[in-house]
Amino acid sequence: MNWLKKPASDTQLTHGDRLWLYFVATIIMLLLVIPTFIVIPMSFSESQYLEFPPEHWSARWYNVYFESSKWMRATVTSVQVGVLTMLVATPMGVMAAYALFVSGHRAARAIFAFLITPMIVPVILIAIGAFYAYGRVGLNNTITGLVLAHAVLATPLVMIVITSALRNYDLNQERVARSLGATRLKAFFVITLPQIKFSIVTSALLAFLTSFDEVIIAIFVSGGVNATLTKHMFSSLRDFIDPTIAAISTIMILVSTTLLLATQFIGSRQK
Amino acid sequence: MSASTASKTEGINEKLLRIQGIREQRLLLSLATPAVLAIVAIIVIPVGWLFYLSFTGSNGHLSLENYQRMIEYKSYARVFVTTFQVSILTTLICILIGYPLAYFLAMLPQRLAGFFMLAVLLPFWTSLLVRTYAWLVLLQKNGILNDFAMSVGLWDTPVKLVHNLTGTLIGMAHIMLPFLVLPLYGSMRKIQRDLMHAAANLGASPVQSFWKIYFPLSMSGMVAGSLIVFVLCLGFYVTPAVLGGGRVVMVATQITAILENQYNWGAASALGVVLLIATLVILYAATKLMKLDAALFGKH
Amino acid sequence: MSSHPDSESSGASTALPIHIQGLTKKYGQMFALDSVDLEVKSGEFLTLLGPSGSGKTTLLMAIAGFNRPDAGSIRFGETEVILTPPHQRNVGMVFQSYALFPHMSVAENIAFPLKLRGIAAAETAQRVEAALTTVQLDGLGDRDIEQLSGGQRQRVALARAFVFRPRILLMDEPLSALDKKLREQMQIELKHLHEQLGVTTVYVTHDQREALTMSDRIVVINHGKLTQIDTPHNIYNHPANAFVADFIGESTMLPLEHDGSGKLFFQDHLVETDFKTDAARNWSLVIRPERLFMADKKAVDSEKAIVFSGVVRDFVFQGETAFALMSINDKYDLAFRFGTDSSSSQNILQAGDQVSLGLNRSDVIIIPQGDDS
Repeated sequence: MNWLKKPASDTQLTHGDRLWLYFVATIIMLLLVIPTFIVIPMSFSESQYLEFPPEHWSARWYNVYFESSKWMRATVTSVQVGVLTMLVATPMGVMAAYALFVSGHRAARAIFAFLITPMIVPVILIAIGAFYAYGRVGLNNTITGLVLAHAVLATPLVMIVITSALRNYDLNQERVARSLGATRLKAFFVITLPQIKFSIVTSALLAFLTSFDEVIIAIFVSGGVNATLTKHMFSSLRDFIDPTIAAISTIMILVSTTLLLATQFIGSRQK
Repeated sequence: MSASTASKTEGINEKLLRIQGIREQRLLLSLATPAVLAIVAIIVIPVGWLFYLSFTGSNGHLSLENYQRMIEYKSYARVFVTTFQVSILTTLICILIGYPLAYFLAMLPQRLAGFFMLAVLLPFWTSLLVRTYAWLVLLQKNGILNDFAMSVGLWDTPVKLVHNLTGTLIGMAHIMLPFLVLPLYGSMRKIQRDLMHAAANLGASPVQSFWKIYFPLSMSGMVAGSLIVFVLCLGFYVTPAVLGGGRVVMVATQITAILENQYNWGAASALGVVLLIATLVILYAATKLMKLDAALFGKH
Repeated sequence: MSSHPDSESSGASTALPIHIQGLTKKYGQMFALDSVDLEVKSGEFLTLLGPSGSGKTTLLMAIAGFNRPDAGSIRFGETEVILTPPHQRNVGMVFQSYALFPHMSVAENIAFPLKLRGIAAAETAQRVEAALTTVQLDGLGDRDIEQLSGGQRQRVALARAFVFRPRILLMDEPLSALDKKLREQMQIELKHLHEQLGVTTVYVTHDQREALTMSDRIVVINHGKLTQIDTPHNIYNHPANAFVADFIGESTMLPLEHDGSGKLFFQDHLVETDFKTDAARNWSLVIRPERLFMADKKAVDSEKAIVFSGVVRDFVFQGETAFALMSINDKYDLAFRFGTDSSSSQNILQAGDQVSLGLNRSDVIIIPQGDDS
């Protein structure tokens, strides 16, 4: 246990003096992670009531999920909306972030602040506003309406990721490319884009997840055959604890964990 | 710096250069147009519409009745009190839990911190609905937490942990924690190690140098993080609705209830407007006070 | 320092002159460039020298096309390029940060401008090889940028800037990221490269020694105005005003009085006998510390030299030279620098010593007081 006596900090503390901190931090991290992941074993329970650990293991609730046309339909909708949101928000955010970063125009800062507003306005307000406005133009319960609203939520996230990537990038590279004979457009695509592509992928994944996980706007704006997974989950949650939700949650955890690990992997390869 | 002779008369190519400059700026800024238009269509116009509705009475004329109702009815006062109560408590819990965690992560070597950071990022990336559901399952009367507590003898009969304020706060804190830890961790990483060396060299004890040097320097991240948490809490819907079980009515819950039960757009809009204004005022005041611009949105 | 080989003849056909007229750029109320006129001769190595914020980089960026001026004309040869986008200007450019493309190999970086010009693969490969040889990086074409040292990166950036045979080469403090030794070595190499390529070169630096070492001509720039344009020799020996005298080299400035009959005095020293001036101006005497010499007051011919006497206030040994401050009447400090050797008696100067310093009349520099000439 020599390690305990080694200095742990830039002051005079040893690891031994710090044990309490390691202990507290470990508990906090466990509390952060376990509650979510405990759903996974529970979803494999045979019982109506969620048990931990399950007395009998079974894939019963997965069968219920995969055989229900309601859940399948909702899943397809959510994936569809997620992918479309990603396809709309990513180019929109990248273009805006790049333009505002490069321009140096007086108005650029103000426009940037304006484009960040979806992160500031409470989502409930966006939801009822969209619900009301869509009612007038017939966009409620449509994929288009939902994608538009989700894209607006996701664009600022894309912009923030891309702006920070551009801040770590030497824009002189683009200048050099132009002096060497490349048009501005070509310089962007051949020089800048390959170097920020990992950030673009990360921001695209973020955009997908933003839409895929979004609840409130979906509750108001989606419905009928175009109701999302989260909308159905939410209404199930409010009434009773349906074990099917545990199965769906497990799948969703799997999706987001995979995406997160993918971005981490990308991030480490980037350096 | 110096007065120019060129500025008085039209310089060579001045007009052509100006035109070219304006054209290029326009072309560049036009790249931001789709995003601007989308926000105008999805946020500015609808919210503006709600603003208008909030000032429209039941007879269809301009009226302040929707706002008067908020002052007159006790039920509204209760909603506002609950909203602030939950938001403040959640923020405080997040600070209490988040500070040691961020401190722990910040003193780890970069690589190790990256690994342990997953503990913060995993929940951050996991659907909020899934996390809320997980807590619902954990906290219910015959759930794991009650089972565990009774088996180790913390209490004898199942305690009601969910469908009340306790459950709401547990769920909210879990969901909000990353929003505090991430900026806090960022500001802690920026604190130069030399400062701690210098403090130690000047004779400060570890505890002294923490409170006199480290803590004040980590404040910017903590204030930014707390602010994000607080403002997000104000408008939160899903978690209080599910874990509060109808007993914790916050502004967002109330807005939905009004629309579901009475379909009263004026009343719902007025609440929404108050929520938005409260959010903006708090953010504005904090930005002015703390110069948090940069910490919150990134300096541009 | 003053002599430089005549490089124009070897590469005149590949170089273009630059004519700049009335170039103005304002940031808010501040002039970054204040109606600048400048002629860069075909094939010359011209350095823009000035402190940070003087406008030198703004001027370079305007020539490259990255900075749109508010007014003015820039011609490459006979062609007006003020409205031409950067990619059509055909100028080579080297940045302070090198701005190499990290996702391409060394050879790919250098081949980049050739590919854009649609040059065939075989010729591209051959020209890349030749460029690598020129910058002494033979065989490193396959390396990743990250594997290169700072000096090697500098050479790749150079090769990439001249491989497409631009007729103008622009460099923005390209050596400032290198350590002192490598920087001095690269200065010589860059000078040779310029002689070899014969391309018109505009070079930006804030390092006066670098400017003196490399340039055919130096443009001293301050507050967006060109203060003096001349050869290194003339800039050093005949600074136009106090700013140039102070910015380039070390100097002591002493106020002069004129008696109205063409005689200029510093205290009771007659500095100049036949000086033509309008009486409205005040003048200063500029003394370069290394031009002073230890003098025996009686032995010096006052026709040829002026002798200042005073007390040593400070003495520092700095290796190849030693530096001293001599106080004249406790009012003026005269800086004095001299070479050292192991036996030199001058090494043992001490504070408080009485000394006499001589200045040859041929080394007298007289400038008007104030920064603007």
